[in-house]
Amino acid sequence: MTPILHAESLSFAWPGQPPLFQLPELILPAGEHLVITGPSGSGKTTLLNVLAGLQAGHSGHLSVAGEALSTLSSRALDRLRADRMGLLFQQFNLLPYLNLIDNVTLPCTLSSVRRDAVSRQGLAPAEAAERLLTRMQLDPALFYRRRVAELSIGQQQRVAAARALIGNPALILADEPTSALDPDNRDRFMALLRDELAACGSSLVMVSHDPALIRGFDHHLDLGALISC
Amino acid sequence: MLIRLAWNSLRSRRATVLLTLFTIALSTALLLGVQQVREQSRQNFMATVSGTDLIVGARAGPVQLLLYSLFHIGSATSNISWTGYQALAEDDRVAWTIPLSLGDSHRGYRVVGTRNLIFEHYRYGDDRALSFAQGEPLNDLFAVVLGAKVARQLGYQPGDELVIAHGTGNTSFMQHKQMPFTVSGILAPTGTPLDRTLLVSLEGLEAVHLGWRAGVPLPGLQVSAEQARQRDLAPRQVTAVLVGLKSRLQTFHLQRELNNRRDAPLTALLPGVVLQELWQVIGVAERALLVVSAAALLIGIAGMLALMLAAVAQRQHEVAVLRALGCSPLRIAGLLMLESLLLTLGGVILGLIVLQAGLAAAQTPLLEHFGLLIQPALPSSEQLFLCGLILTLGLLAGLLPSLQAWRLATASRLIRRY
Repeated sequence: MTPILHAESLSFAWPGQPPLFQLPELILPAGEHLVITGPSGSGKTTLLNVLAGLQAGHSGHLSVAGEALSTLSSRALDRLRADRMGLLFQQFNLLPYLNLIDNVTLPCTLSSVRRDAVSRQGLAPAEAAERLLTRMQLDPALFYRRRVAELSIGQQQRVAAARALIGNPALILADEPTSALDPDNRDRFMALLRDELAACGSSLVMVSHDPALIRGFDHHLDLGALISC
Repeated sequence: MLIRLAWNSLRSRRATVLLTLFTIALSTALLLGVQQVREQSRQNFMATVSGTDLIVGARAGPVQLLLYSLFHIGSATSNISWTGYQALAEDDRVAWTIPLSLGDSHRGYRVVGTRNLIFEHYRYGDDRALSFAQGEPLNDLFAVVLGAKVARQLGYQPGDELVIAHGTGNTSFMQHKQMPFTVSGILAPTGTPLDRTLLVSLEGLEAVHLGWRAGVPLPGLQVSAEQARQRDLAPRQVTAVLVGLKSRLQTFHLQRELNNRRDAPLTALLPGVVLQELWQVIGVAERALLVVSAAALLIGIAGMLALMLAAVAQRQHEVAVLRALGCSPLRIAGLLMLESLLLTLGGVILGLIVLQAGLAAAQTPLLEHFGLLIQPALPSSEQLFLCGLILTLGLLAGLLPSLQAWRLATASRLIRRY
């Protein structure tokens, strides 16, 4: 089975600067989880952007879900991201003017692959969204409320997780999704996320500087250690 | 999907969006309003008289003849003799004539001697006849019909008596006091110089001048109204004649014939042609309005741009989220353009409604107080062009945030850049 992520001698440098990071080899089998750590400025977020196809200009080989990113047009990269990836930011993941359900179903409106994956489960996108939000332990009374801003950050992150997960994308990319949460909420969030990932078989690549989170990941990439090598 | 996102996004920024909408609506209304006033004031001017084929007066410059016969500005240097008028009126090609006799006034308003024919044949605007707000046409030797503005300004009602003065100044010492006139009717507003005119019969004018020679009363020759009624009041001359022909085809023929006549030197003019010439002179005001409307457009568009650009900053986060979800830059640009199109379209439509409603409401006061006949109308081609221009500018204004979104897309680093 093709690994979800496959990188060989992958490096990235801003123009006129020394390489930010160099990875001799990175293979993430489908369904497994990777955490990326490292000090500030070690290129964690840039690496995530490169993996998401949002930052062009890497050298070496990098393929995501079997597709070599450097061979894809920017349009195809957008398509790949819409079809196969779910992204989670630190905060402000949601569009404030859509209700919870509309936010969660956005990937289905943008990608037919995700929509088809949902309908293969015999669900309409809104039903799938409701199911995911319920599993994320959000109160159904909130689902069709307009103002996302009235939710707590913990609740917003769970809505964002539901959106990343809808339609079973192969890869979830998360950039410190718990950094705005207190430890209790953080642990609850990670537990819920893991359960859902296990249920749909998606891989997770997460950037974090929180040592408490490293346990429970199959793989650990320390960019700080790479540089010091 | 795109349109639902655009709609929801607009709804979420209600305050800014409404402000933008009103800015666009107001500048559209202002611009199109100025445009409409320009077009209609020109049309009104050109339609001061309609249906009249020729205006005939004693030999004079055409513009001068037009000014004193229609606009009652300035005065005639000489008149047409009554026999000359009769010959013209009896010409086979002539369908009707309206004689006009000028020279007297009442408290600054011109008194025009004419016949009841004027109520029958005079047309202005879009082939409209004169109509009476109150009363009826001239029914007596000393009857007078008032223009709408004269009646309103001076507060006359049918049945009131007034005295006309010799000459055209605002204050005249020589008044025809012995023969007062009785108001028989008041005309509805027309937006033409007739609103500022008093109409009397030619014979009435003849009567008040009995016992006058060369513009002054002869001492000891006072004639009373009763005596006047007994005298021969056949008019001796008229100042100008409005002529309607049986066939329009003969207009140029008759005009040339009258202009070349040797026995009684006359000038015949085509009202439309001379009105056009005159408009070129006084059209400066119209061009000033054009400048005003251009300024209105600029201000409106600048306001719209400012509001739309202010929204760009608000929306970077939104663009970042959509990009992360795999929305292509093209689609995001489409979304933003769609929004500004919706906004501008809404503004333009609102502006049109505001304008027409405003004009409908202001129509009567405008006509009564300013003599401006401005009516609600379907957008003219020039106005449609202006609407198109506003829409295009609105779309261009939407292009700026779209370009911003594009830049964000290529500069990437989205995950931590908002």
